[in-house]
Amino acid sequence: MAAGESRDEGRDAKEADARRDGAGRTTREQRAALNRQLAQMLKGGVIMDVTTPEQARVAQDAGACAVMALERIPADIRAAGGVSRMSDPAMIRGIQQAVSIPVMAKCRIGHFVEAQVLQAIDIDFIDESEVLSPADDVFHIDKSRFDVPFVCGARDLGEALRRIAEGASMIRTKGEPGTGDVVQAVSHMRLINQQIRHVVSLRDDELFEEAKRLQVPVELVRRVHDEGRLPVVNFAAGGVATPADAALMMQLGAEGVFVGSGIFKSGDPAKRARAIVGAVTDYDDPERVAALSENLGEAMVGINADEIELLMANRGR
Amino acid sequence: MVGVLALQGAFAEHERMLAELGQDCVELRDADDLARPFDRLVLPGGESTVQGKLLRELGMLAPLRERIAAGMPTLGTCAGLILLARDVDGGQPCLATMPVRVVRNAYGRQLGSFHARATLSGVGEVPMSFIRAPYVSQVYPGAQVLARVGERVVAVRAGSQLGLAFHPELDGDTRIHELFLSL
Repeated sequence: MAAGESRDEGRDAKEADARRDGAGRTTREQRAALNRQLAQMLKGGVIMDVTTPEQARVAQDAGACAVMALERIPADIRAAGGVSRMSDPAMIRGIQQAVSIPVMAKCRIGHFVEAQVLQAIDIDFIDESEVLSPADDVFHIDKSRFDVPFVCGARDLGEALRRIAEGASMIRTKGEPGTGDVVQAVSHMRLINQQIRHVVSLRDDELFEEAKRLQVPVELVRRVHDEGRLPVVNFAAGGVATPADAALMMQLGAEGVFVGSGIFKSGDPAKRARAIVGAVTDYDDPERVAALSENLGEAMVGINADEIELLMANRGR
Repeated sequence: MVGVLALQGAFAEHERMLAELGQDCVELRDADDLARPFDRLVLPGGESTVQGKLLRELGMLAPLRERIAAGMPTLGTCAGLILLARDVDGGQPCLATMPVRVVRNAYGRQLGSFHARATLSGVGEVPMSFIRAPYVSQVYPGAQVLARVGERVVAVRAGSQLGLAFHPELDGDTRIHELFLSL
């Protein structure tokens, strides 16, 4: 069965309620807009990796705007090595039942059947993620064929716009997951925003060459040129471990933050989670970030991103 | 001057709509910001659990509740409607200034999100985006229904409070914000 067919059945079931209410059928364009808009609702928030229903409740109580359900957080994936895959759907369902906030889950890059499975269990957002082992070393998922939204990682503007062209509703920096080292997230966020400023500075007749250089459709380059920003929400991810890290990413232009290993690999997860939520809201207030940073206990043991052999950020371009 | 609650969510989108209508906004991020001059309030979409928790922690809940109850014109959209509701199925009441009961995530998860057009009393037909939206399951005395989609109540007014289950800040139609500014 083609991806499109299985999806339409899912959509029919999900929309039965809305249609009964006289809403009419939601078109594909409207569905894509609703998915980008869900990402807008997450702005100014923190999305936390969780591996159990208990952790999910801790995250929700601490003020997470969504949780990412996965069997192992990136630091443990990194330590374990081997092939890492989509989580057990039963485990994800357990987390869906534990919290009322949106639940995200990861599939492997290019593994559109894992994505179909996640859509079938009514996931709110799929992360086509370099944290898992890539299933396809050339092609990403055609995300425009799905009804659920996708978030994808990017290191530069070209990657971000290629993922958006494939249908991603949200972008995040790749950073370097599972390290507690924010350096890669910083460089990716700076680079994307530098490149956006460059595109804005171009003449209209220079956009075609820029599109060729970035290997993306010229329509997307023109939108960036006209609006001075990505066409979708852009979060920071990969190495955020402290309230100051989170506030740093916000001041650099992130619209929200993913925290993976940084919370549940630390000494007092609930307190650190609350502190990072507070720092994302009040990122421009150093006194508040200072207060939030006090007595948090042990941060996760960091791994210097220069000293690791596996750079997850190099997966999927 | 419109105060826009800026703890989390789609507050910038409301500010853009209000700027289009020539309104200045002030972002409310902590209790100190409540001392700034504003005479209208927007409670934006986002995650109601996050916004409600931060309102409590930052000491903003009681002062805002007092001002809304005293009649300050207030527009709550989606999460904002949940914050305003007196009773909440699947969540904690927060400001509890609006005499309605709402159901959180009433249409299900993201696959249940949908777009509709329906008539809003006094405005006409408007586009409505419902994103993991609530709806109003009971309208108590003091509140009036402004719009329904099918059987469900999706917009209510109580005094100078407007509560919407959908997102007028997202679809490029300023009429609902104009209604809010006329209160």
